[in-house]
Amino acid sequence: MSINTWGWLVLAFPLAGSIICALLYRSPNKKLVGYIGSGAIFLAFLSGIGALLKLQDLPEEHRSAVSNLFDYAKSSGIAVKLGILIDPLSVFMVLVVTGVSFLIHVYSTAYMESDAGYARFFSYLNFFVFSMLLLILASNFVLLIVGWAFVGAASYLLISFWYRRSTATYAGIKAFVMNVIGDIGLVIGAFILFQHTGALDYAGVFAGAKHGFDGVNDGPLVAACILLLVGAFAKSAQVPLHTWLPDAMEGPTPVSALIHAATMVTAGVYLIARMHPLFEQAPAAADVGAIGGTVTLLVAATIALVVTDLKRVIAYSTMSQIGYMIMGVSIFAYTAGLFHLMTHAFFKALLFMSAGSVISAMGGEQNMDRMGGFRRAMPFTFVAFTIGALALAGVPPFAGLFSKDEILVFAIDRGGMYAVLGVLGYVGSLLTAFYAGRMVFRTFFGEQSSEAEQLMRGELAHGEHRNPATGEEEDTDVGFPGPEHHIAERAPAMRFAMAPLAFLAVIAGAAGIPGATHVLEHFLDPTFADSKFAGHVPSAGAGWAGLAVGALLGIGGFAIAYVLYERRAGYTLQLRDRFRPLHDFFFNKWGFDDLYDRLFVNPARAFGRWGRDVFESAVVQGVLVGGTAGLVRSGTNLARAIQNGYLRVYALVLLIGVGALVLWFLLESASA
Amino acid sequence: MSISWFVVLSAFLFCIGATGVLTRRNPLVVLLSLELMLNAGNLALIAFSRMNGNGDGQVFALIVMVVAACEVVIGLGLIVAMYRRRIPIDVDEVSELRG
Repeated sequence: MSINTWGWLVLAFPLAGSIICALLYRSPNKKLVGYIGSGAIFLAFLSGIGALLKLQDLPEEHRSAVSNLFDYAKSSGIAVKLGILIDPLSVFMVLVVTGVSFLIHVYSTAYMESDAGYARFFSYLNFFVFSMLLLILASNFVLLIVGWAFVGAASYLLISFWYRRSTATYAGIKAFVMNVIGDIGLVIGAFILFQHTGALDYAGVFAGAKHGFDGVNDGPLVAACILLLVGAFAKSAQVPLHTWLPDAMEGPTPVSALIHAATMVTAGVYLIARMHPLFEQAPAAADVGAIGGTVTLLVAATIALVVTDLKRVIAYSTMSQIGYMIMGVSIFAYTAGLFHLMTHAFFKALLFMSAGSVISAMGGEQNMDRMGGFRRAMPFTFVAFTIGALALAGVPPFAGLFSKDEILVFAIDRGGMYAVLGVLGYVGSLLTAFYAGRMVFRTFFGEQSSEAEQLMRGELAHGEHRNPATGEEEDTDVGFPGPEHHIAERAPAMRFAMAPLAFLAVIAGAAGIPGATHVLEHFLDPTFADSKFAGHVPSAGAGWAGLAVGALLGIGGFAIAYVLYERRAGYTLQLRDRFRPLHDFFFNKWGFDDLYDRLFVNPARAFGRWGRDVFESAVVQGVLVGGTAGLVRSGTNLARAIQNGYLRVYALVLLIGVGALVLWFLLESASA
Repeated sequence: MSISWFVVLSAFLFCIGATGVLTRRNPLVVLLSLELMLNAGNLALIAFSRMNGNGDGQVFALIVMVVAACEVVIGLGLIVAMYRRRIPIDVDEVSELRG
């Protein structure tokens, strides 16, 4: 089969899986739905490998294939084709997305087993994977935007998967609205590019941009790139469009792992990498991206220090890590950014899966204050979580260290402002290591919680069915979480999914050891060959020095967490009381939510209330509806008054009418 | 004899009939007044027919009589039906067509 066939198959399997799962929503055979859902993604993964093998057969300068299925829209000057672009970058993304997605599907077959919306869940998951792959494989802006919007819709569907939970639907709406802001940015950016280049497919835009824009940092191009960044920032949850991601943790844990850690939120990183010729022609916009990424990584890391909801800590760490990636691709360290994207997908999915296992063991409770001592009760989860946390912290030899330091060393190597960003990144590293340690020590060490003790006795806490955020009573019917909880220790499918990720989280760093291995770099080289920074690699010495610093910070942060939470337990409370304002500031998420509430949400609500109470009742009900009805009513009242039912009145009217007619004819004849 | 006498008499009869229809409340009397109006019309038709020496008017008068007979049958039937259903024999009471 040709490379194009493989590419289309990558898209076809998840789409088919989504439709079939949706049609099987009544099927009592949950296993079948799970197999179809997971199998579709596995087949997509295999097709991705098929495309990879075909791609590697091609000579390096020809490793980019565009395949058009049919014309999507054709009118004067525009020819949009339903086309996919297969090159090392898209194949890399396809493999990461389908690979991690497959494992998460397998995990879900066990984790969601008792949920009444099982088939719906798999249909949504498949649809999400399809949308993400469409976004990745699109060869023009139109399909990119379609995929981009589909991903947002899938995210909405999955965040509010438990649709009877008011907090979940609210979070879904929030995510969707924020994502639409990004969509608008992307669409307007594409318009500007089309206006100046006359093309919508990537190749045409990149070629046209060289002549269509006036040299480097041309105003319209910078504007277009910044609008693309708005899209990227919204999808990748970067400051200031990040507030939806922590709330998105209302979705089921596999969703958090899949969408809000491993795949969807990396779309922004992919977008910047894909648009690299434009960003290199508009370095000012790229700098905005780099600074935005750096700000995000610091903001998110500081919030993660104090948040007590386990999933939200991981969510903030996701934001923070994506900040590193955005910074990486924006300073033109593409391979490093994508390398971090890959390792992050592994260890973050692993962290979420382990967290899901812990939350199940707690009977749905997510607050770390109530957790503790799960180390002996859940050894497998403990090991997996610790591997994930160590990889996140950047402790050698785990994967996170290598990829993160590749970005930071590149930044410092570029010098100037970028060196400052790099140093800030290292500060973020220390914070990351600390909160990674905090999660491990608060969850798995310390005093055993009653749930952990129960688990040691062989019972699994099932908890009461309440909303973990508000404590509202819930049942276990469709629209709410199912009655059973599943932990990795007891569910083979969950362990099967976590083991490969744990393995990869340990060894994936080997793909990019400074001065030794450059697997990704060689593989992605054809895509980025036209970059000014192609082949720009910091020296092996600098790389090793960076690794050493990163490792020290990682180990140091973890050690501080160990001291604060294990050795001198309770000292953190004193610290909290001493730095109360700072703690509250971080705990309130730097006030972003409050600010947005005041700036946008409350005025919009007030406007809505005004519309309902004043405009609706006075203008719509009063004037428009009431006015029309009143007019008709007064007219009919007049007509009704004549119809009084008295026979003689009718007779009189008749008589008068006839008399008037006769009189008229008489007068006519007299005058004639 | 001038045609005017006939026509004036016919007009008088018609007006008396019309006044009866408009003012009386007993349906029986209303029917009687209606007959009066029809016969006023008949008188005019026959008078004009004689004046013109043409029989058409008389034919019309005959047809009017037939129609009047039918109408009386239906009208009386209605009055009997009203009586049977214990509805007051009063046209103002039968005002269900009021809008």
